[in-house]
Amino acid sequence: MTASSTTPPKPRRAPGLSRHLLGWLLASPLAVVLAAFLVVPIATIAVVSFWGATEFSIYPAFQFDNYEFLFSSPVTYTVFFNTFKYAAITWICTLLIGFTVAYFLAFHIRNQNLQIGLFLLCTIPFWTSNIIRMISWIPFLGRNGIGNTALIQMGLIDQPLEWLLYSDFAVILAFVHLYTLFMVVPIFNTMMRIDPSLLEAARDNGASGWQTLWNVIIPLCKPGIMIGTIFVVTLVMGDFITVRFMSGSQSANVGRLISNDIALLQYPSAAATAVVLLCTVLLMIAVMLRFVDIRKEL
Amino acid sequence: MQTADLELVKLTKRYGDTLAVDAIDRRIPGGTYVCLLGPSGCGKSSTLRMIAGHEFASDGAILLDNRDVTHLAPAKRGTAMMFQNYALFPHLSVVDNVAFSLKMKGVAAPERRKQAAEMLELVDMTAFLDRMPEQLSGGQQQRVALARALITRPQVLLLDEPLSALDPFLRIRMRAELRRLQRELGITFLHVTHGQDEALALADEIIVMNAAKIEQAGPPRDVFNTPRTAFVARFIGGHNVITLPDGPISLRSDALRLTAPGSARLSGKVTGVEFQGMHVAVSALMPGDMEITALVPEAAFFSAPKAPGEAIGLDWADSDAHRLEA
Repeated sequence: MTASSTTPPKPRRAPGLSRHLLGWLLASPLAVVLAAFLVVPIATIAVVSFWGATEFSIYPAFQFDNYEFLFSSPVTYTVFFNTFKYAAITWICTLLIGFTVAYFLAFHIRNQNLQIGLFLLCTIPFWTSNIIRMISWIPFLGRNGIGNTALIQMGLIDQPLEWLLYSDFAVILAFVHLYTLFMVVPIFNTMMRIDPSLLEAARDNGASGWQTLWNVIIPLCKPGIMIGTIFVVTLVMGDFITVRFMSGSQSANVGRLISNDIALLQYPSAAATAVVLLCTVLLMIAVMLRFVDIRKEL
Repeated sequence: MQTADLELVKLTKRYGDTLAVDAIDRRIPGGTYVCLLGPSGCGKSSTLRMIAGHEFASDGAILLDNRDVTHLAPAKRGTAMMFQNYALFPHLSVVDNVAFSLKMKGVAAPERRKQAAEMLELVDMTAFLDRMPEQLSGGQQQRVALARALITRPQVLLLDEPLSALDPFLRIRMRAELRRLQRELGITFLHVTHGQDEALALADEIIVMNAAKIEQAGPPRDVFNTPRTAFVARFIGGHNVITLPDGPISLRSDALRLTAPGSARLSGKVTGVEFQGMHVAVSALMPGDMEITALVPEAAFFSAPKAPGEAIGLDWADSDAHRLEA
């Protein structure tokens, strides 16, 4: 060591491997996993969406019949509209609730242990499955459920409310219940990174509480809001089971359209709908990402 | 320019059982550059934050221009604060950062941009109006923070360790700039620092704090030459605290003379010699484990150099010895 201490250390390198090749090798396990479980399935769906189908068989082909039928059917537009409606209303509700919860946790709870404790409390519903959380609303919302009974006994209503269960209200309620946490987590995360002295600086410059919220906190939370939005929107756009359960099969979204096709073994038609849904969601995310740079958060 | 006196009356801050600021009193005339000097945890930052209104005073009062501002909102006091890390809004451009307080007041966009640009001209940042804070260097960020604080037309500007994040070269340049700005604006600057050189260089008045109390306050020259206690003598630097039979005294390092051992008042062994350019710092260990540093003019030292381990004597003129409170 003493003899070679003056010579600059040689960069360590696997013998015979260029840096370039080494990089590719390091990336390859993940690339293989992604190719096998993401790229191939999506490519398969895209291929099958051009296949043909009769009542009792499907056959390989390259034709646009499925798409033609999809785009010429008024049902498609109604169902897509419904899906957007669910996504939009759920987004607004989860954003309002999620932001408020995150704000409370991040700025009003000073004790860090309490903060972590309350945050974990938020995740308790996730100890049980989506389906069970959904179904547990039914005895509450039903015609003779806890909700209606309580309202009648309080004398607020005479007749049970019919729209509580098996309605768009129930669907959105379930969505909000299921997905609000996906909004809380990223927003909480961005809020925790806001330097508290910025809030003092805002106060020092004469900003009221609301002005600080609007001019400092919300702009700085944008990346978190955007990540939460992407979670919620993609989850709601792709859902089918919540809509089926909570609407009592009276409402439909795109997910249900696909699931019905699959139940009828109309795979090419289901695949075409899936491709259109996928493109719609990707387009929405692309538009959102143009407005907010989320890379800082990743 | 109007000048407003700032007065602290029995100002106290308690965190639970610990006393951060213990009933301090001080009247600061308007237009003074004041440095609050002290080690970390001495209560200087708490004092500043109470004056700014970002910390509640547990007791006592803060008067500005004979008006009790103790319980007013930060923006209603006539103070403005410049934060240690500058606290610029990362999502706003330079000009929008400076114009923030005007926006909060509801000033129209073109007018607030104009005023912000004027303020940025004062701190020499006209070329950077539309940059984002992350694209600025530390010194530039500080100028923007200054402009943002000054645009509120404060009577007192509060600076929380404003130079600590800068490199040494920039620190010296910025402190000259702070002093120039204070003179031009004629308002009080209250500057918290733990660097004694910074305080001596800048202040009209130094307030040395220790353990939640004001240890000594006065013009820098008085504080430096006549430290009241051993703490101040040590903290302000350049002094030796020597315990003599009739009590402790402080002696400036450059007031000590090296002599032959035996003939002097103190004798000991040289432990280190450091060439500092104009001076040579000779440190020596005296009886009773007293560490003493003498600053000897460079030429005088090398006419009779000493090496570590050599025995020396240290002497001084009686007029240079300054008696300390025990």
